[in-house]
Amino acid sequence: MKLYRRPSEFAWWVTNRAYFLFVVRELTSVFIAGYGVVLLVLLQRLAAGPQTYAAYLRFLASPGMIFFHLVALAAALYHSVTWFRLAPQAMPVRLRGRRVPPPAIVAAGYAAWGAISLVVVWIVLRGPR
Amino acid sequence: MIHRTEPFWWLLFSAGGSVAAILAPVLILLTGLAAPLGWFPAAFAYGPLRGLAVHPLTRLVLFVLIALAFFHWAHRFRYTLAEGLALKRAWLPVAVACYAAAVAGTIWAALVLIRL
Amino acid sequence: MVGAAVTLDVFRYRPEQSAEPSFQTYEIPYREDWVVLDALNYIKDHLDGSLAYRWSCRMGVCGSCGMMVNGTPRLTCSTFLREFYPRAVRVEPLANFPVARDLITVLDDFLEKLVRVRPWIVREGEQPLTGGEYRQTPGELDRYKQFSMCINCTLCYAACPIYALEPHFVGPAAIALAQRYNQDSRDEGGLARLRALSTPEGIWACTLVGECTTVCPTGVDPAGAIQQAKLAAALDWLRRVLVPWRNR
Repeated sequence: MKLYRRPSEFAWWVTNRAYFLFVVRELTSVFIAGYGVVLLVLLQRLAAGPQTYAAYLRFLASPGMIFFHLVALAAALYHSVTWFRLAPQAMPVRLRGRRVPPPAIVAAGYAAWGAISLVVVWIVLRGPR
Repeated sequence: MIHRTEPFWWLLFSAGGSVAAILAPVLILLTGLAAPLGWFPAAFAYGPLRGLAVHPLTRLVLFVLIALAFFHWAHRFRYTLAEGLALKRAWLPVAVACYAAAVAGTIWAALVLIRL
Repeated sequence: MVGAAVTLDVFRYRPEQSAEPSFQTYEIPYREDWVVLDALNYIKDHLDGSLAYRWSCRMGVCGSCGMMVNGTPRLTCSTFLREFYPRAVRVEPLANFPVARDLITVLDDFLEKLVRVRPWIVREGEQPLTGGEYRQTPGELDRYKQFSMCINCTLCYAACPIYALEPHFVGPAAIALAQRYNQDSRDEGGLARLRALSTPEGIWACTLVGECTTVCPTGVDPAGAIQQAKLAAALDWLRRVLVPWRNR
């Protein structure tokens, strides 16, 4: 029996919308790690003294860096949304023998996200103590 | 051999993804937009920010977030390269390079936060 | 609607005629209640008896009639022509499998992987008949019932880009069926299956694209099964690392 093997598509993730969104989701990790680097440099400049810190803040205010952070923010948001959406699939929660409905788990994720974010904002913005 | 090291990298990836999902957006907003654009000058002045960063709890949280974010990236990027470029999944150099970069980043993070 | 017609572009591969496949176009009458399988049967009965394809129950339970319909893996018995009409409908064999003839794929690879994960109850010893039935509560049934709905239609393999790139990947259905037995309270075969699952070509090859779950016609959620298998395997690994003296 002579079988036919269809050639594999090299650009498989460009032509299919679901595959493309998947690759975008995976690449959000690049921007989050990139932000990690920028944050570490900020902490380094913070340790070096007020002038160094102020200079770095000016650099962060440049159009290029603001654009990077906007993209990184979009990437982080897309990561968070997809992460919470997939959580119930990865970890089904069972209470008293019945499965907790997935939307409840997604909502719990968002609730934790919102609550912790607010706590962080409060900690950072309450200023000099 | 059962498992090999895959579960180790996957656990780091999962932890990193969870921590990043919760903390990354708000921190990017604060340090990447609010601080440089001068939205809350009192909070981001040198003294207050240094005081906050130096706190041991802050340093621990930042270290965990940044280190795990690097390992999250390493695992995800390793597989994306293997798939997107149709490389052999088990291509060792790609995996080693990614995880080595994450280890280097983690060491750098530790040094920065210790010397704060 | 009397007189209305719809066009089907059908993948043909007849190795005795040509080493290369081709597409053949058929005009068939459009009926609002027809599915793609009805169209193929019309072609076979009235237009071209040489067309080869698999089908059986025509009601979405046997898993035989899976094909690519306009680029998406579908059960042709459950895909209505009205979803596409008046556009043409392109019918091809399920992706990521070798083609034997026309719309017929060779499933040997899937079947080998299915057997590899031991999709049956594995026990140390059987209860004697006098011991009665194995009893299972509704809660215990609920833990694996979703994964038991798999009809082996292999739409998930056609949708999975990892399987396309990495033919050694064990694949969504096989892993979901392994989980079906791992979660069954009567089963004791978790360790045996772990050897087939927790490998680079097993669960760890999956990156949660999720298309398998999207195309599954019976709601198995193989993507979920694989992620749950990863967590179970990771916890097993942790136990081996932290408590190695516990005999497994």
